[in-house]
Amino acid sequence: MIAKSWQPAVNGLIVIAMLLAAWQLLFEFAGRQAMTAPVETFRYLAQLLTTDAFWGHLAETSRAFLFALLLAVVLGLVIGFLLGAHRFSSEVFEPVLVAFYSVPKITLYPIILLAFGLGLPAKIAFGTIHGIVPVAIFTMAAVRNLSPILLKTARVLRLPPKDLVVAVLLPAALPEIFTGIRIGFALTLIGTLLGEMFGAQRGLGYLLMTAIGLQNVPLIMAVTLLIVLFAASVSTFLTIIDHRLHRRVS
Amino acid sequence: MSRAARYRLAFVVGAIVLVELLCRIGVIDRLTMQPPSAMARDLFVLLASGTMNHAMLKTFANVAIACAAAVIAGVMLGVALHGRHAIRQVLEPLFATYYAIPIYAFYPLLIVLFGLGDMPQVLIGFMLAVVVVIVNTLNGLDRVARVHRKTAQVYRLGPAATTFKITLPSAAPYLLTGVKLALAYAFIGVIGAEFIMSRTGIGYEISFAYNNFDNKIMYPLILLILIVSILLNAILSHWEQILMRRRNRL
Repeated sequence: MIAKSWQPAVNGLIVIAMLLAAWQLLFEFAGRQAMTAPVETFRYLAQLLTTDAFWGHLAETSRAFLFALLLAVVLGLVIGFLLGAHRFSSEVFEPVLVAFYSVPKITLYPIILLAFGLGLPAKIAFGTIHGIVPVAIFTMAAVRNLSPILLKTARVLRLPPKDLVVAVLLPAALPEIFTGIRIGFALTLIGTLLGEMFGAQRGLGYLLMTAIGLQNVPLIMAVTLLIVLFAASVSTFLTIIDHRLHRRVS
Repeated sequence: MSRAARYRLAFVVGAIVLVELLCRIGVIDRLTMQPPSAMARDLFVLLASGTMNHAMLKTFANVAIACAAAVIAGVMLGVALHGRHAIRQVLEPLFATYYAIPIYAFYPLLIVLFGLGDMPQVLIGFMLAVVVVIVNTLNGLDRVARVHRKTAQVYRLGPAATTFKITLPSAAPYLLTGVKLALAYAFIGVIGAEFIMSRTGIGYEISFAYNNFDNKIMYPLILLILIVSILLNAILSHWEQILMRRRNRL
């Protein structure tokens, strides 16, 4: 019998094994011109990671992504706290945020490019507009739904505003806010990569676009694999923290 | 109209008027952005001329196919998975990380596999949309109150009667949430894919117009996409609320 705490890890391994098997099967079916097999792809990726040129692209994407994530989280928190603290303004603006979430933001890309010019700022702006909405929506809901008892207790104890935020508001709202940041992470990554696919000269997105142009299947597969590995592992890590935070509160 | 809705309308109108003013005064120059009134006029001219009919038809048809396929497959998979706890537990990590993975990263691969026709775009839309339908279907079925299921048993309702009288009315708002998000994601997927690389469709037309600095076509099309996606989202959200109210009266 497997111990209960190991169950999620075992499930994760089963899913990974299934995906690898499906990939190998698809490869047998689709053939060598269309895709590369799992083992080959990992080997090609390992080889890519030894070249300086690839690290240049990787560094460029990482820089844009980190800036965008930082901006999305900070701005999202500010918007979320401001709207969440005031019930009526959150009623007014929540549908606006939700509507913006459902818009294909890629159509706004030309405007971003015209406003920021080609290069790093445009990528960062594009990543940020993807990630900011979930952070703002979740923060707003978390702050709005705080139990009034917490605030009353703080007032009875005459906590100064600084302690109110640090000792009461943040710990109580943190699990929900963290869920928003987790989703914001994923969307910011998508936004940054999309931003690199057009009008960029460097970065993983640019590398993917040139690889399509050159029909370089091993390169497409290896870059895709790297992105998926990164996104899936960070997201799994964030999900574990997320669950812990939620459990601690309840 | 509620007070919040009136304030929201005032905010949106105010924002549009502000952009219009900034464009007219010249704070935002014409090359970066056209005044909203000019965009609306150009959109009207463009729609009346009929030159975009083919692209619009293509995009909307592909979105419809991707969304319909995702809803059908997602609901079927959700129903099949419901009640199979072991399989659900194993798949849990997959659902949790699925949306962290930039699905667009698979687009180059799909182009290599299927060629540059409609298939890769529809598949991207489908892949983005299907998991959210599965997750929401499971959520809806989980939320059918046990009392209601037992009542159905006591009255000896057959499977069909149980589905239409008990399960569907109770799960409907959650199913509709899945459909709403599926439509938004299918839009995002198809238009994004057209934008990245394709031969036709609104996304393609926008990027083509952008590359030629053709603002008289680019801005109206961006406006069109914004209007359509926001409108569809608003209609489905409204319907969702009606179903939710009806469910809570049940």
